[in-house]
Amino acid sequence: MDLDASPMTDRVNLREELEAVGIEEILTQLDRELIGLKPVKTRIREIASLLLIERIRKRMNLTTDTPTLHMSFTGNPGTGKTTVALRIAGILHRLGFARRGHVVSVTRDELVGQYIGHTAPKTKEVLKKAMGGVLFIDEAYYLNRPDNERDYGQEAIEILLQVMESQREDLVVILAGYGDRMEKFFASNPGFRSRIAHHIDFPDYSNDELLAIAELMLHDMNYKFSDEAREAFTRYIAARVTQPLFSNARSIRNALDRMRLRQANRLVADLDRMLDADDVMSLQASDVLASRVFLKDKS
Amino acid sequence: MRVTQGCFSFLPDLTDEQITRQVQYCLEKGWAVNIEFTDDPHPRNSFWEMWGLPMFDLRDAAGVMMELAQCRKVYGNSYIRMSAFDNSHGWESVRLSFIVNRPKDEPGFRLERHEMAGRNIRYTTKSYAVDRPEGGRYG
Ligand SMILES: Nc1ncnc2c1ncn2[C@@H]1O[C@H](COP(=O)(O)OP(=O)(O)O)[C@@H](O)[C@H]1O
Ligand SMILES: [Mg+2]
Repeated sequence: MDLDASPMTDRVNLREELEAVGIEEILTQLDRELIGLKPVKTRIREIASLLLIERIRKRMNLTTDTPTLHMSFTGNPGTGKTTVALRIAGILHRLGFARRGHVVSVTRDELVGQYIGHTAPKTKEVLKKAMGGVLFIDEAYYLNRPDNERDYGQEAIEILLQVMESQREDLVVILAGYGDRMEKFFASNPGFRSRIAHHIDFPDYSNDELLAIAELMLHDMNYKFSDEAREAFTRYIAARVTQPLFSNARSIRNALDRMRLRQANRLVADLDRMLDADDVMSLQASDVLASRVFLKDKS
Repeated sequence: MRVTQGCFSFLPDLTDEQITRQVQYCLEKGWAVNIEFTDDPHPRNSFWEMWGLPMFDLRDAAGVMMELAQCRKVYGNSYIRMSAFDNSHGWESVRLSFIVNRPKDEPGFRLERHEMAGRNIRYTTKSYAVDRPEGGRYG
């Protein structure tokens, strides 16, 4: 259903083609706005090149097939999977492989029903909303509960598999979750594995990368660390990554939110002073050090 | 006899590609699209049955076309129409409605004359199809 296909041609200036679709912009933005993730960025560039050539081959009448674009993103929480899915949707859209380029993000609850006859309409509802864009299924392995034989997840899986196969030009599905659990999920649902063209693994961030992410987030919110606060936050990261429920960049974002709260409390505690922009932008070491992460560190 | 009604009634039946374009136009206007079907061809029939609920928050016509394909699978030998609802005034009002499917053979209508007192005549349009029971109206 490609209503606005580009015109047929037999010669293409690659540079002009690249500029016309404007993906270079998205790719450099991706490089700039996402810290680290080298292997992910490389894979995305590869996929973008493949699709650019595929697009040209289409216009030269060398192919009429829509390539399989379904993907799996594996990695721990907070490693940027959702963020990258949004960028990929933009790239697919510009290259003409996703007509609308939006992302519909769901988990099991939005796909699987509670009683007989509930699941199919639910799954279809989501599919209809995602048509023309990307359907991002977070923690996809929860779709099947092999321990429960009356589970309705299987019904959702079958509908998904069918649409992934027959409506490749209408919808791109991205399955996301922890690497090991996804591996098990694919092992028990080979239909998914065979329909997925690109597996991308998201590594955990190094401590340096986490600090860079923090600085980037602060910069975007018009905040900054004082030198002592930066030093304290470096120690915060070292302690936090070893503690339970650490979830990479998401933990950083949450930590920054709490530090902003402490900063505000610190400032409001002294009503008789004049504040300048630097005061309200700066996080101080005390805003960092009050964290309970340091308590645990000592004990 | 080919029954016509709604928007585009003066045109030949729309192809699926043309339907897709019309649906996309509706979605881009922010209208919700609804699919209905009936086997009673009378022009005054307002009891069309809903195929599911109106579709809100869709971005692409492929979602609607997927439902149309399902509806045709079950009611392929009935009339199917699409309507688009605009709620920008705070209530849903029909903006566009057109036929997207019809039975293979449409037996047409007859005019019945009911002779009344004083040489008055009442006219009734009756479709041949409804003489047969529900489900068997078009062969
Ligand atoms: N490489 C990165 N650079 C900057 N911010 C990042 C990076 N990775 C993740 N984030 C931020 O961390 C948060 C969590 O990321 P998200 O994409 O939701 O992770 P996941 O989906 O893998 O759990 C988001 O606010 C996102 O903007
Ligand atoms: Mg996520």
